[in-house]
Amino acid sequence: MQSKLGLDFKKVEYARQLSRNIADEVQSFVVNYTTVAVERTLCRLMGIDGVDENQVPLPNVVVDALKEKGVLNQGVIFYLANAMYQTGLTAQDIAEKVGSGDLDLTRIEVTDKKNLETIISPVVEQSIKRIKERRGRREQYLQTIGEGPKPYLYVIVATGNIYEDVIQAEAAARQGADIIAVIRTTGQSLLDYVPFGATTEGFGGTYATQENFRIMRTALDKVGEEVGRYIRLCNYCSGLCMPEIAVMGAFEGLDVMLNDALYGILFRDINMQRTLVDQYFSRIINGFAGVIINTGEDNYLTTADAFEEAHTVLASDLINEQLALLAGLPEEQMGLGHAFEMNPELENGFLYELAQAQMAREIFPKAPLKYMPPTKFMTGNIFKGHLQDALFNLVGIWTNQGIQLLGMPTEAIHTPFMSDRYLSIENAKYIFTNLKNIGDEVDFKEDGIIRKRAQSVLQDAINLLERINKEGLFTALEKGIFGDVKRPRNGGKGLDGVCEKSENYMNPFVTLMKGEN
Amino acid sequence: MSGGLYSMQSREFDKTLDLTKVKPYGDTMNDGKVQLSFTLPVPAGDEGVEAAKQLIKKMGMENPQVVFFRELTPGFTFFNCYGSLTHTVDYTSIYVPKVESNVMDMHQTDEFIKENVGRKLIVVGASTGTDAHTVGIDAIMNMKGYAGHYGLERYDMFEAYNLGSQVPNEEFIAKAIELKADALLVSQTVTQKDVHIKNLVELVELMEAEGLRDKMILACGGPRISHELAKELGYDAGFGMNSYADDVASFIAQEFVKRKNNQ
Repeated sequence: MQSKLGLDFKKVEYARQLSRNIADEVQSFVVNYTTVAVERTLCRLMGIDGVDENQVPLPNVVVDALKEKGVLNQGVIFYLANAMYQTGLTAQDIAEKVGSGDLDLTRIEVTDKKNLETIISPVVEQSIKRIKERRGRREQYLQTIGEGPKPYLYVIVATGNIYEDVIQAEAAARQGADIIAVIRTTGQSLLDYVPFGATTEGFGGTYATQENFRIMRTALDKVGEEVGRYIRLCNYCSGLCMPEIAVMGAFEGLDVMLNDALYGILFRDINMQRTLVDQYFSRIINGFAGVIINTGEDNYLTTADAFEEAHTVLASDLINEQLALLAGLPEEQMGLGHAFEMNPELENGFLYELAQAQMAREIFPKAPLKYMPPTKFMTGNIFKGHLQDALFNLVGIWTNQGIQLLGMPTEAIHTPFMSDRYLSIENAKYIFTNLKNIGDEVDFKEDGIIRKRAQSVLQDAINLLERINKEGLFTALEKGIFGDVKRPRNGGKGLDGVCEKSENYMNPFVTLMKGEN
Repeated sequence: MSGGLYSMQSREFDKTLDLTKVKPYGDTMNDGKVQLSFTLPVPAGDEGVEAAKQLIKKMGMENPQVVFFRELTPGFTFFNCYGSLTHTVDYTSIYVPKVESNVMDMHQTDEFIKENVGRKLIVVGASTGTDAHTVGIDAIMNMKGYAGHYGLERYDMFEAYNLGSQVPNEEFIAKAIELKADALLVSQTVTQKDVHIKNLVELVELMEAEGLRDKMILACGGPRISHELAKELGYDAGFGMNSYADDVASFIAQEFVKRKNNQ
């Protein structure tokens, strides 16, 4: 490919190689461990759902019971399969009996491995089929009613009430939105369980539950048919329930998932070991379900300076790309994150933003890049904010971004009103139409500001990757390499939910799901 | 529809400024011009426009004008409107409680603490409760600060601990005791359904229960926080929009010295 920025692709390949080494080292840790969230995910894949009389989700009931006995290292599938074999019950029945105290999974005589594999095989196949069919449904829609052109217009709904969210989402789809993200209620990322059922109360967002996913997916299918365009649904498998939410999304036809351990470590203070193990399985599921993941690099620039720290975004994107590849997630599903977050007072700031966005485009040619709007320097001056968003949209169409998270003029004031979303979609559509082919028409001056900027960000990213490669990602995070945030290896939330796998451990889904890609 | 933009109507009203009767200013004193936009849960059409106009009148405005409307989705219409406000306020009788300290820059504050305290002041800050936003606390505390105002970490005479986001109140207090904090800073960004009020009150109650309330300076901040609200909730100070580390640092330093001298 001919670079419009004069990028040296040998350097890019070198940066990728460094990132591969960094990811491999992380992976050598990850494969030996499991977590409570991974095990709950396996419960769900084995058909367990619902809550006990105290509203505790049954996957938690089963996994907590094993954890209390100190045998989680054997894995939940081993115990479920054994109980299924010995009792003839389904996994759901077993979970209910564990919940009522009628069954202790560790006190059942153990049969041999072959029997365990045979008994779960139809259940495993059933879940794999269920996810495949869901994926097929999306593909069917894309072939029949089609989709909007890229960059996809991504807007959020965040009322706290799933039924009110539906009204907002339908309105947005009719105005031209391609992706509806249902923002989660504040604090859900730190819950070590996924609430059950439809919810109507939330702060700054709506609970991610399987039922809420189903309600919104149904509504979007309907409005998609009405407007003649498939409308994608986005949620968040980040926080302490990454793989669990991934599997719920896979069952219910989610299309896009925020999915980034680095984000959880830095901005939610989630333990790095926990979340990297969780991330691996969640990305396997997302990859298999055809879900586009979104990574959270844009957030680095909300705490660190967007001009000075641009290279940390690129370095992290490269590492995230390699971690995703290790989970079998194809490039076409990697919504790697970056952002338009420079101080608007910065002279030539637009040129630097343009350079960086074009650079990301050229370095990740197949990825549906996720481009984040200005947030840090949105002031409450809605009129200027609308203009900042316009410049952001201009870069988005110019550099052919994949997913354009539309900025709202009322950013920093409140969660969007219906009219805010309308104004933002109108803004983006105006600019995307009016400047559609500007990227094909304009070249950048040799040795000009734009080319130099891109080249220097790439070089800085390489320097940083060399450093991380030398120290390892865990140590680099401890030193505060991303977003100026330092996190200890054994600190943060969720570490007590991590354990090393032992000899009986089984997870047939990893091979089955990765094999499909 | 846009006939009102270049209004030819005569302006027969008193055009002298009277601070006891202040009203909005468009381009002529006392014209009362207000610009507003809102969505009504009704279809677009003449009835919708009339509904918008009647609402504007009920808000106390004359000559309501709907200059743009658009149905956002069936049954919801967005309006851009203008009107002339009839209400006035007496500016001369307004009293707003404010943080009582002289704002000093970083070097002045450092000098002030060196001279009057003689040791570093320990400040612990966090975005507490379920609030996941670190923007506010980072702007005040992090080395880099915000908009050219360096954060507390950069000051020589502050030992600043930023605990980040989603810190439960109990944990926050435990950390404050452990670090022997002189001052606590609480940031609250999410204010939907007044979740911040409950959380801020809870912290004060916990501190009172622990007998800590009088031992530490307690301040809160966030885009929807005012000094008045903070005082009402039992805080020593509140910092709203357009507050920077300088404001917070000056307040902590001066308040600390004031208390020391009163002992």
